[in-house]
Amino acid sequence: MRELHDFPGGLRLEPRKEITDQKPSLLHPLPERMFLPLQQHIGLPAEPLVKPGDKVLKGQMVAQAGGYVSVPVHAGTSGTIIGLAEHPVPHPSLNQAPCIVLEPDGEDAWFDIRPTERYDTVEPRQLQSLIRDCGIAGLGGAGFPAHVKLMEGVDNAVDTLIINGVECEPHITCDARLIQEKASYVVSGARMIRHAVQAAHCVIAVEEDMPAAYAALAALVDDDLELVKVPVRYPAGGEKQLIKTLTGREVPSGGLPIHIGIVIHNVATAAAVFRAVTRGEPIVSRYVTVTGRVENPVNLQVLIGTPVKDCLKTCGYEHREENKVIIGGPMMGIRVTHLDMPVIKTTNCVIVEENAPLPPEMPCIRCGDCAQVCPVELLPQVLHWQARAGALEAAKEHHLFDCIECGCCAYVCPSRIPLVDDYRQAKWRIAQEEEQARGADLARTRFMRRNQRLEREREEAKETEAANGAETETASPGRADKKAYVQAAIARGKAKRQNRRADAADRAEESAND
Amino acid sequence: MIERPAGPPHWHDNRSVSAIMGETCLALLPGIVCYVWFFGWGIVAQCLLAAAFALLFEAAALRLRQRDPRPFLRDGSAIATGLLFALSVSPLLSWWASLASIAFAILIAKHVFGGLGRNLFNPAMAGCVFALLCFPEQMNAWPPLAPGAAVLAPGEQLGQLFSALGGAGPAADSLSGATPLNAMKARLGAMDTMSEIATAPMFGRLGGAGWEWVNLSFLLGGLWLLFRGIIRWHIPAAVLTGVFLTSSLFYLYDPDLHASPLFHLSAGGAMLCAFFVATDPVTAATTNRGRLIYGGLIGVLLCLIRIWGTFPDGAAFAGLIANAFAPLIDALARPRVFGEQR
Repeated sequence: MRELHDFPGGLRLEPRKEITDQKPSLLHPLPERMFLPLQQHIGLPAEPLVKPGDKVLKGQMVAQAGGYVSVPVHAGTSGTIIGLAEHPVPHPSLNQAPCIVLEPDGEDAWFDIRPTERYDTVEPRQLQSLIRDCGIAGLGGAGFPAHVKLMEGVDNAVDTLIINGVECEPHITCDARLIQEKASYVVSGARMIRHAVQAAHCVIAVEEDMPAAYAALAALVDDDLELVKVPVRYPAGGEKQLIKTLTGREVPSGGLPIHIGIVIHNVATAAAVFRAVTRGEPIVSRYVTVTGRVENPVNLQVLIGTPVKDCLKTCGYEHREENKVIIGGPMMGIRVTHLDMPVIKTTNCVIVEENAPLPPEMPCIRCGDCAQVCPVELLPQVLHWQARAGALEAAKEHHLFDCIECGCCAYVCPSRIPLVDDYRQAKWRIAQEEEQARGADLARTRFMRRNQRLEREREEAKETEAANGAETETASPGRADKKAYVQAAIARGKAKRQNRRADAADRAEESAND
Repeated sequence: MIERPAGPPHWHDNRSVSAIMGETCLALLPGIVCYVWFFGWGIVAQCLLAAAFALLFEAAALRLRQRDPRPFLRDGSAIATGLLFALSVSPLLSWWASLASIAFAILIAKHVFGGLGRNLFNPAMAGCVFALLCFPEQMNAWPPLAPGAAVLAPGEQLGQLFSALGGAGPAADSLSGATPLNAMKARLGAMDTMSEIATAPMFGRLGGAGWEWVNLSFLLGGLWLLFRGIIRWHIPAAVLTGVFLTSSLFYLYDPDLHASPLFHLSAGGAMLCAFFVATDPVTAATTNRGRLIYGGLIGVLLCLIRIWGTFPDGAAFAGLIANAFAPLIDALARPRVFGEQR
């Protein structure tokens, strides 16, 4: 038995998983229209391969990866592309983003997809491109391209591969249902990833309150895979927290799991890898928990791109003003107002809750309860002051970027301060400033190069002048020489002017930097 | 009030500043009841008066600062300040002295710094020190110990409390007496030894008759706060340890000149300070390690002021001095972040 370790902070939350975790999932019908955002993952957005009017088949790539840290997007069903437009998307800060709009033809005809013969004979590099071409981004919520993480594991020694089935946020049961209904996919997918990264150990972790999922997995695992139940505590399913729980090791501040020899993937990602390898099937659908104040709360198998409104309708809910809709869990999810926005690869849950008015925000009384529950052992009360005061350097020094935005601090804050919003804004502002600083650095380099070039030109002009002067002394200047002389004079004047301008610019920049 | 975006988390444990302050005030009840039993109804009048003054000045300050006073009057912090002030001063302090002290506490110590959450010094203790420095005679006149008796005859104390501005001197001897801490200081000054002093009935079993029970009931209220998760153990434990160790040191050095550690722990405002004053979140250190240092500092200072200072009790001064150090302590005692090198 693996010895489990404790991670700092955390909360006991009301699970509310019993609402949906025993009900079989439903297949969501084809929607009337699908919206496929080009960016459903972390990294560069995908680049569209189709234009309005094109006919596409189910599983056909409609947008290719926009770079190494990027994944393609596939059509969820057969139909016609009717547009490429800005559309509401589930994103914490953007309201709209470019989406490919697809009108299904009802045939649901598959594109020509092919399985890979045997995964254990496949080269890891080949597996990587397969996983990438199938559009697999982390399905746990962050949406980091799976092939990038996989290659980190291929290029470095991996001690432990963790398959994360710890759904620590309340309400969400999509992974629990997936495990119960497709346990073999998860286990086989885990074996495939393990083979690719050559991990010494492989652990599949679920929470203690998921007995059915545990039993389903236990029936399938052999000695090669370890199956572990971790205690129920939010955020036990966070990457760093789960690694600490299972191995006792801490991912270094600002580092990645691979730095301590660990690769971690979500159970749904493992299942997607299995489909990709055995059938060549890209990600076109996922499990989504629809719960809360809906008539029939249940897990749906939804095609990516289906509007959230349709999912709610399937569960018997028409939107009413007194309710609010949250995409994601109650702790980290985002509140959405446009119900037209689509389910994307990272959408794990849709919750309808009462839209109760929030009590007013009070000043921080420095009770420090936030620091007690912070799983990263930050000082949220200090970061709050720094974020509000714009002391961004100090906030960075206080490890603002180690914040995982789990929301524990804001959950216990008696003053009801929206701490996570503060941190997000501060992070965003720091990113902006760094971007600007990079721009300024570039400008400075260009300026220096230009000065050097001008200097060189001046030297050259001087030499020419000297040569010309020597000539004038010996012989009367010809017409051609005169021309050269005038040109040299013009060049001299120009260089002088530019030099002055450059100096002025230099001074201006210096004073701006002060 | 800032217009808030409806970001995550969407759930909350529903605790509020008002609830924290409210429970703190409730936890003072056993102490107040005990106080009434031993020293009469004066303290109740003093508490009500101080709380009312505090609310009044809080509202006035918020009006002056052009803030909506309602959420801040409901948050209970002004009431807590009033109660802690009343329990730290003599129940015989006249109403106008109380008014002036609370004005200093709320207007200067709290709102000049920016109001709730931004004050560097504990307002109640600032008010208490104000009273100690401005009205020393009144602050040293305590009602005599009369278990049960004073409860039945509230009249005289209230007369003293509501005395007119001009005629307020120390009351007739029948009405006022010294506290055990006061008496000890005076008699040690007169070259008596502790063994002689301790024979007087006013010194009771531990920290002075009556006082030991008052302290015990504040301890009880403090334990309730701990149990409810309103405060954490670090500060009270560190304060009490600081008092215990410092007084032990002196006691071991010369038990004839110094009171026992148990006396110091159960005399004067020791427990009130450890569980209710030092734990004021706004003015205390906020990290666990910082809280231990901060509490320890209060404990040591409280004891040193009692032993070496001119004032009989040191809780208020010790609290204010430690308040000034709290930001420094927080900066130095920053905990290791998850994933940082050990």
